[in-house]
Amino acid sequence: MTESVLRFESVRKGFGEHLVLHDVELAVPAHSVTALIGASGSGKSTLMRCANLLEEIDDGAIFLDGEEITDPRADQDTIRRRIGVVFQAYNLFPHMTVLDNITLAPRRVHGVGRAEAEAGARELLDRLGLADKAGEYPDRLSGGQQQRVAIVRALATGPRLLLLDEITAALDPELVGEVLAVVRGLKEQGMTMVLCTHEMGFAREVADQVCFLDAGVVLEQGPPEQVFGDPQQERTRQFLSRVVAAGRLPR
Amino acid sequence: MSAEVGTPTAESRRRGGGAAEPYRPSDRRLAREAYRRQRARRSALIAALSTAATALVLYLVVVNSPGWQRTRETFFNAHYAWQALPEVLKGLRVNLELMVCCGVLILVFGLLLAVLRTLRGPVFLPVRLLATVYVDFFLGLPMIICLLIMITGVPALRLTGVTTDPLLLGGAALVLTYSAYVSEVFRAGIQSVHPSQRAAARSLGLSNAQAMRYVVLPQAVRRVVPPLLNNLVSLQKDTGLVSIGGVIDAVYAAKIITSQTFNYTPYLVSALVFLVLTIPMTRFTDWTTARLNRRQHQGGTV
Ligand SMILES: Nc1ncnc2c1ncn2[C@@H]1O[C@H](COP(=O)(O)OP(=O)(O)O)[C@@H](O)[C@H]1O
Ligand SMILES: [Mg+2]
Repeated sequence: MTESVLRFESVRKGFGEHLVLHDVELAVPAHSVTALIGASGSGKSTLMRCANLLEEIDDGAIFLDGEEITDPRADQDTIRRRIGVVFQAYNLFPHMTVLDNITLAPRRVHGVGRAEAEAGARELLDRLGLADKAGEYPDRLSGGQQQRVAIVRALATGPRLLLLDEITAALDPELVGEVLAVVRGLKEQGMTMVLCTHEMGFAREVADQVCFLDAGVVLEQGPPEQVFGDPQQERTRQFLSRVVAAGRLPR
Repeated sequence: MSAEVGTPTAESRRRGGGAAEPYRPSDRRLAREAYRRQRARRSALIAALSTAATALVLYLVVVNSPGWQRTRETFFNAHYAWQALPEVLKGLRVNLELMVCCGVLILVFGLLLAVLRTLRGPVFLPVRLLATVYVDFFLGLPMIICLLIMITGVPALRLTGVTTDPLLLGGAALVLTYSAYVSEVFRAGIQSVHPSQRAAARSLGLSNAQAMRYVVLPQAVRRVVPPLLNNLVSLQKDTGLVSIGGVIDAVYAAKIITSQTFNYTPYLVSALVFLVLTIPMTRFTDWTTARLNRRQHQGGTV
């Protein structure tokens, strides 16, 4: 078996008394897309924050390319550099132009020169149809444009793995499409991604593996046809029927 | 602005020009505007009248008070005012120099203290503790006592190599006290930057220090410009306190003349020159605040 890019081994994480992740097992092969689904509060964001070391886990281990990143002796900064993250709320830096947002990490963390970093950023912006926005400040952009800039920012350091946390949840319906198109493009280029989303139709289309989280437990895991088409667990069926009722999953 | 609403050119441009009728304000709009103009005239009139009435009442109360004659001679004497003005202005140079030099040092130390207090980790515990104790101490210590201790206490120690110049010691006292105030302002600014900004920076691989330097501080500093300007105004007037050590600043210059002439007008002159400096600075603060607020309101979700 080839080594997974990201692997969770019996990961346990709580906030005080409240257990949020319960012995989570997860393996993300290279060049694959894993979709996390589950109700609000089921622990999807926490799982991603643990993978990016923004939260410290209580037990278990997380591996990136076979190397344990939850080892306290590991250098967190260098690990984070290999993982790109895009947040629901974009979290662009409001005091910087789009170009500066994107080149900050390449220049300050990876020591790339300004000219080279900017050339790389402009090329990425161009690919995502944002070439004319390089000099703008984030608050002058639409939500969809901001989210695409956030994706470019995460890509600019050439990460091994991309974590996308409900990146369309804050967008108006007509802007969702442009962001999802970017994710499709990344999949075609072979980017390894973990995404959590309420867009079930999209998860079904783009994911190689779907993972249903329920109250911090991975209840069901498998190819999308199976999890969506023939769920094994009663809880999964309930969740999916609620999602269908809400119009988030075409039958 | 090219899109001035209502001008015929703007309207016709919007409709694609040419064929469309040029825009002409409706009667309804004209009536509304006439009404608003009338209201504005009325408001201005009322404001003028009430200001005049208030001023008149104040004037009558002061002029008819029993001690007014004597007060006018000792505080509002034009002859002594002219005599004092050049001396007071010469002294004011000292105040301005103090304000500028101390102001720069205060900004640097204040920012340093604020950043030291945000450091996490056991190594930094003593640093954090010292910074906290320092700030607590100098926030509570009355400015005048700090000045007295510096100006009279330090020379009394007869330390070799330490200055006894009251100007330098007084300036040091200002820096000590105001650094504590200003560090609290900076700290509030740092805390007002949403944690998600730090999380975004850290997830890009920036170290803690880099996240502070490139993401948190630039936003924090922008937000605290108005309160910092307020502190600068108050520093400007507190430079007058160094006169207790015998530094000939604007206040002390006035005091010298007063003690020779037994007339208090020079004090009033020095008060006026301080006001002439601080009032524009206060207005400038208001203007900056309003501008920053406007900018923020234009901004979207971030
Ligand atoms: N920093 C925190 N402190 C305490 N509880 C938290 C914290 N972050 C998340 N939680 C709790 O953990 C649970 C899972 O949250 P989250 O991972 O954000 O869920 P999801 O992303 O699936 O909606 C929720 O019950 C939430 O209240
Ligand atoms: Mg979430």
